[in-house]
Amino acid sequence: MNLKKLSCTAIAAAAMVVGLPIAQAEDSLFMPSLTYRTGPFAGGGTPFADGYADYFNMLNERDGGIGGAKIVVEECETAYNTQKGVECYEATKDKGALAYSPLSTGITLALIPKASVDEIPVFSMGYGLSAAAIGEKFPWTFVYPTTYWNQLSSILKYIDANGGLDGKKVGFIYLDVGYGKEPLPLLEKLSASLGFEVAKYPVGVKEMQNQSAQWLNVRKERPDWMIMWGWGAMNPTAVKEAAKIRYPLDRFIGNWWAGSHNDLNAVGKSGKGYLAANFSGIGQDFPAVQDILTHVVDKGNSKVASRDDVGNVLYNRGMFNAVVLAEAIHVAQQKTGKTVITGADMRDGLENINIDEARLKELGLEGFSAPVKGTCSDHEGAGAVFLQQWNGEDWEKITDLIEPDNDTVRPLLEEAAEKYVSDKPDWQGQTCS
Amino acid sequence: MFYREAGQFKTTYADDQALLPIAQDRVGLIIVLAIAFLVLPIVASDFFLSSIMIPFLVFALAAIGLNILMGYAGQLSLGTGAFMGVGAYSCYKLTTIFPDLNILIVLLLSGFFSAGVGVVFGLPSLRIKGLYLAITTLAAQFFLEWCFIRVGWLYNYNDSGAIEVPQRELFGLAVTGPHATPETRYLIILTIVAVMTLVAANVLRGRIGRSWMMIRDMDIAAELMGVRPLYAKLSAFAFSSYYCGVAGALMVFMWLGSAEVEAFDINHSFLVLFMVIIGGMGSLTGCFMGAAFIWVLPVILRAIPPAFELDILAATMEHISSIIIGALIIFFLIVEPHGLARLWRVGKEKLRTWPFPYAT
Repeated sequence: MNLKKLSCTAIAAAAMVVGLPIAQAEDSLFMPSLTYRTGPFAGGGTPFADGYADYFNMLNERDGGIGGAKIVVEECETAYNTQKGVECYEATKDKGALAYSPLSTGITLALIPKASVDEIPVFSMGYGLSAAAIGEKFPWTFVYPTTYWNQLSSILKYIDANGGLDGKKVGFIYLDVGYGKEPLPLLEKLSASLGFEVAKYPVGVKEMQNQSAQWLNVRKERPDWMIMWGWGAMNPTAVKEAAKIRYPLDRFIGNWWAGSHNDLNAVGKSGKGYLAANFSGIGQDFPAVQDILTHVVDKGNSKVASRDDVGNVLYNRGMFNAVVLAEAIHVAQQKTGKTVITGADMRDGLENINIDEARLKELGLEGFSAPVKGTCSDHEGAGAVFLQQWNGEDWEKITDLIEPDNDTVRPLLEEAAEKYVSDKPDWQGQTCS
Repeated sequence: MFYREAGQFKTTYADDQALLPIAQDRVGLIIVLAIAFLVLPIVASDFFLSSIMIPFLVFALAAIGLNILMGYAGQLSLGTGAFMGVGAYSCYKLTTIFPDLNILIVLLLSGFFSAGVGVVFGLPSLRIKGLYLAITTLAAQFFLEWCFIRVGWLYNYNDSGAIEVPQRELFGLAVTGPHATPETRYLIILTIVAVMTLVAANVLRGRIGRSWMMIRDMDIAAELMGVRPLYAKLSAFAFSSYYCGVAGALMVFMWLGSAEVEAFDINHSFLVLFMVIIGGMGSLTGCFMGAAFIWVLPVILRAIPPAFELDILAATMEHISSIIIGALIIFFLIVEPHGLARLWRVGKEKLRTWPFPYAT
């Protein structure tokens, strides 16, 4: 190492120790992006991160940012690892970060308590802590458009509408970690009230790619329906195993992390008929997606591997994440009258968000998702999901939006939120009038 | 030139047996501690304290724990991650059952649970050695991970299945939870690590430490000379697991703020194992060097492109840093198979004889 390099490194190290403010352009909105383009789940993380970045870049190119302020997206790689995620948070929070979308449940849980202290909202889009839907208890956390619990109630509604639930047996195959176990309390509660039987099939993280034992039991017990809370390599394995034991795939429903192109491309034709829940539109036939293609992808400013990857399930979901955040910035700007907003303004923006049908059309996303409307007490938006089916080559949307069973789920969410806060006397809530 | 012990005469046995017999070593350590305790909390940024120094100290403590077992007592273990988990979960249970108990006491108590578990899983070491023992500790790793997932009581039946750190105060100052400043957390960890390192250094050069080293070097000879393998091996497991347990509790309470079972998986066992091997088996300084090498260096490498506003994708940098670290590990192990601590020692030896080295 020569002297020049050495001194450069030394300066960098010194700058890091003392924490010199790194120059930011005037009038910019800083959006950190915690990505996982490496690690065991990179297959799902890459399209999500692409969609997220491309939408903001498209806004910069097409509209010159939001309200005249450019959006600066800075990626920080977490590899889906909680420790690295916390490190990324610490590294970016002082640069004026407006909101975090942590993506992994572990990182979300670590960031939720920090959000109120550092005054930067956490937007865990449909994942993380379901209880965070209760705005009074979790003023700084948002889970639009819906939670795992509400999603499960939508899926059960679909089953109920297609042959009824009463007296049926529903198999639940799930990744045996916090994420997969989260819907269990609701499932048990609903099984009592709706009169169906539940069979549980946990899949350990280390057995993701070897589920023959679980599917042997499925074959023995023959549940009428199967629901899956899977992730990563678990999904294609499960669909393959289901096909192998000739389980009717049109009675096998995955949640929204178990229904991407990455999952089913590996299965191909034999996965035909498999169902999955989703809340973000599929494909490129939306004006906003077309704008991304013209303004970002065709100019070579996107990181997508090929033009065809734009519009796949996880790409569009990453894009939708950015859409909600961009809309929150827009609302915050209107409310405060400022161009450059703070994390606290962003929180108000997220809380007062209202993406209705008309607004979706304005954004070039007509029919892309259910309307999202937040209030002080509702940080979930009670959005609906639709079901999509794998036709052997691609996903097709097969149902309209299915409203969740809010009347049952909401009290449970409130109970869970109360429980989370109960042993934290210093927890800051908010009052909604 | 400066590092020379000429003229330092020792006139008492106490002087001769001091922890650091050479004056320059003592001064150096005092300077390092002064920087760590007085300078860093004032000048360093929050990021440096919370994302570099705190993890570094936590992993250094875990590495000391493993090094006691592997480097000094010669028992191979792959269960470090799980032992850290036992510490973290017992700390969580203790502080939720006794919320008014001083958090420092809770942190130090939680190590005892880990020590107990360590002794149970150390029992096979009386019959088997080496790689075979590694397999039984691997069983501990899997069994304990299984417990952390399945036994709901351990995480108070939280819906998230994770342990969430409540706020605890010390002298009216928040030391855990989101309100605790990085400076407070750093100083507490630093104090605990400094004191525990001192304790380890003294235990290791005393009767107990010597009996561990005798067992490591030749267990039959040690037995013939009066060392009881049962006590020696199990005490090594207990001592080592205690350190790992406290490190795990500190990791969750002072650094991450919440933890799922993934925080204690087999990868962390390997991570700490690499720190011990790179740092140097049988050396406490090596533990700090290993932790710095494995944990701090990648963080610094990742921070270089943004500092210079280079347009490198974060994920690419992640790959590059893996490549660099991997290459450096191979390089250092070829140059000095006994780890960084050995390099450090060789360097000091050379300095002592400089500029007139005699043949070695």
